[in-house]
Amino acid sequence: MAAVASTGQAIAQPPGPAARPARRGGSFPVWRWAILLAAAAYFLIPLYSALKFAGLKAFPGIFRQSGFISAMGLSLRLALITTILTLLLMVPTVVYVHLRLPQIRRMMEAITILPIVIPPIVLIIGVLKVAPGFLLGTPYLLALLYVILAMPFAYRSLDAGLRAFDLKTMVEAASSLGAGLPATLWRVVLPNIRTAMLSATVLTVALVLGEFTMASLDLYQTFPVWIVNFEQNSGPVSVAASLFALFVTWILLMVIVTAGSWSSRKRGGGEVALFTVVRQDFSQTTGEPE
Amino acid sequence: MTASTTAGSGRHGRSGRHGDGMGAPVTLQDLSRSFGAVRALDGLSLHIAPGELVALLGPSGCGKTTALRIVAGFEAADAGSVTVDGKDLSPVAAAKRDMGMVFQSYSLFPNMTALDNVGFGLRMRRLRAADRQRRSAELLDMVGLSPQARSYPHQLSGGQQQRVALARALAIEPRVLLLDEPLSALDAKVRLQLREQIRALQQRLGTTTLFVTHDQEEALSMADRVGVMKDGRLEQVAAPDELYARPATAFVAEFVGIMNRLPGSLLGQDQVRALDTVVPVHGDVPAGLAGDVDVLVRPEGLQIAAAPGGNGIVTDRTFLGSVTRISVRLSGDVTVKVDYPSAAAASLTPGESVQVSLPAAAVLVTGRR
Repeated sequence: MAAVASTGQAIAQPPGPAARPARRGGSFPVWRWAILLAAAAYFLIPLYSALKFAGLKAFPGIFRQSGFISAMGLSLRLALITTILTLLLMVPTVVYVHLRLPQIRRMMEAITILPIVIPPIVLIIGVLKVAPGFLLGTPYLLALLYVILAMPFAYRSLDAGLRAFDLKTMVEAASSLGAGLPATLWRVVLPNIRTAMLSATVLTVALVLGEFTMASLDLYQTFPVWIVNFEQNSGPVSVAASLFALFVTWILLMVIVTAGSWSSRKRGGGEVALFTVVRQDFSQTTGEPE
Repeated sequence: MTASTTAGSGRHGRSGRHGDGMGAPVTLQDLSRSFGAVRALDGLSLHIAPGELVALLGPSGCGKTTALRIVAGFEAADAGSVTVDGKDLSPVAAAKRDMGMVFQSYSLFPNMTALDNVGFGLRMRRLRAADRQRRSAELLDMVGLSPQARSYPHQLSGGQQQRVALARALAIEPRVLLLDEPLSALDAKVRLQLREQIRALQQRLGTTTLFVTHDQEEALSMADRVGVMKDGRLEQVAAPDELYARPATAFVAEFVGIMNRLPGSLLGQDQVRALDTVVPVHGDVPAGLAGDVDVLVRPEGLQIAAAPGGNGIVTDRTFLGSVTRISVRLSGDVTVKVDYPSAAAASLTPGESVQVSLPAAAVLVTGRR
């Protein structure tokens, strides 16, 4: 990218030590398209190859395979449970940190990144040690693990959402008007971080629907695990199932994003994007590009 | 100073609905508050009469916002009390204090329309939806924003947002209205309009109001009385004209309006010599002051006349409408500003020699800087 910028600069501006590319918007779309196409090729060629290998005829077969319904069902249930648990844990935490302990925000960022750093097997053993007994031996134990895995993404989404509006003043305004804490949270705080909550939901759902390592280590037949196991029986159907999973996840995310953006745009809120929350009224990006 | 003499001077024509909207008396007693090593408030006492608008004026960090936040219930005082209508508010949570507040930053709830914002406090008071709608609409009408009832905050200008915030604060018929620099984020023209609107509404409703600002013009033009704060204490509380004409301390004198400093020397405890004139000292001479002092005089308190071989030379002139402010350099590199009727100021041009003199009126003195 640096090379690209300096080439453009050399053409557009007289050489000079302090010369910086002033604005690159639209000045060399060719490069943009080239990069976009290269990225698209990188992602789309494997998909196309997979589709070609599986053949369209393999798709109806997926639904007749034994274990498909139960694996898909389990993954969707886990996605639901994980999302609910994540929001229940993270929303109050992030709100509390923003309101009362803003000085520990940096520390929170460090803590919440840990699940990405710690190896899955360590997390599994840790969770097994502290998980309540009734969950042991059930696939729902995975939800606990997924809550941990989703924490970095959920925290960042919610943090960005809360930074985009003046939480302290809003809470004080509500309080001066006679609202107690529950009413303030319900009527003022939550509606204004809906966009961020949707982002967190999207990321959590995507994560749960695609997670393989932990489920396979714990020997539970979630959808990704089922696909891999199934591969040993029938290659084409297994590949078709992978594509189908991708499609289902994509559709699910688009539904969440579209619905969220639509309802939030009505009130001038932000656009729901996977990794950023953009507040249009301040024309300021507060998201954390991952 | 004169505690309640100026209180509620203009509460005519209160609207019927707010018939008993007479504000409550508010007393701040010996309020102290420290943040770490910083004493934000250091024994602040202030009485606000029912329906009175008192402005707390001071430089940033003087504790005025802390005082307001303690009254609102967002901060707790280390010592001292806030009483409204004779009732101590210390144990009362902010949500139960019945105080409307307008904040410096835009504080409208972004997820609600202007109308719903105004109705929020009424909803918290469990007013029926129909009544709530009607009263919110009335309040919006009062601030001239009926056409914007269905707009969301992001669709409103800064001035409109603060007007909705004012309507929202007044909708609950608060016993006390708290204004925390509500105009400082707005541009000059809007600020002026809103200043007048706030004052008119406050007088009409008779709501006891505490107004915090660092803008002296705002304080002087809106308030019944102005309290000038410094280092967590009140330097002086007085009606705007009195504050300007008879500042109690050098700090107040220099903070409010424009003040000249002239070198002078004390003659005993009640007279001072400056510009070769001996004049009486206003008030008490600050403790420990003797000999060389500075004399404080307003631009309109000095006399000036063109005079060859006078004691000063005109360096600059600024046309201010009816008067022209003339900068004069005196001997000893002292520059003073003198206001002179514009109609007669034609001859006082830069480079001209002039005689600046002190009329025989009492002046404030302070330590030589």
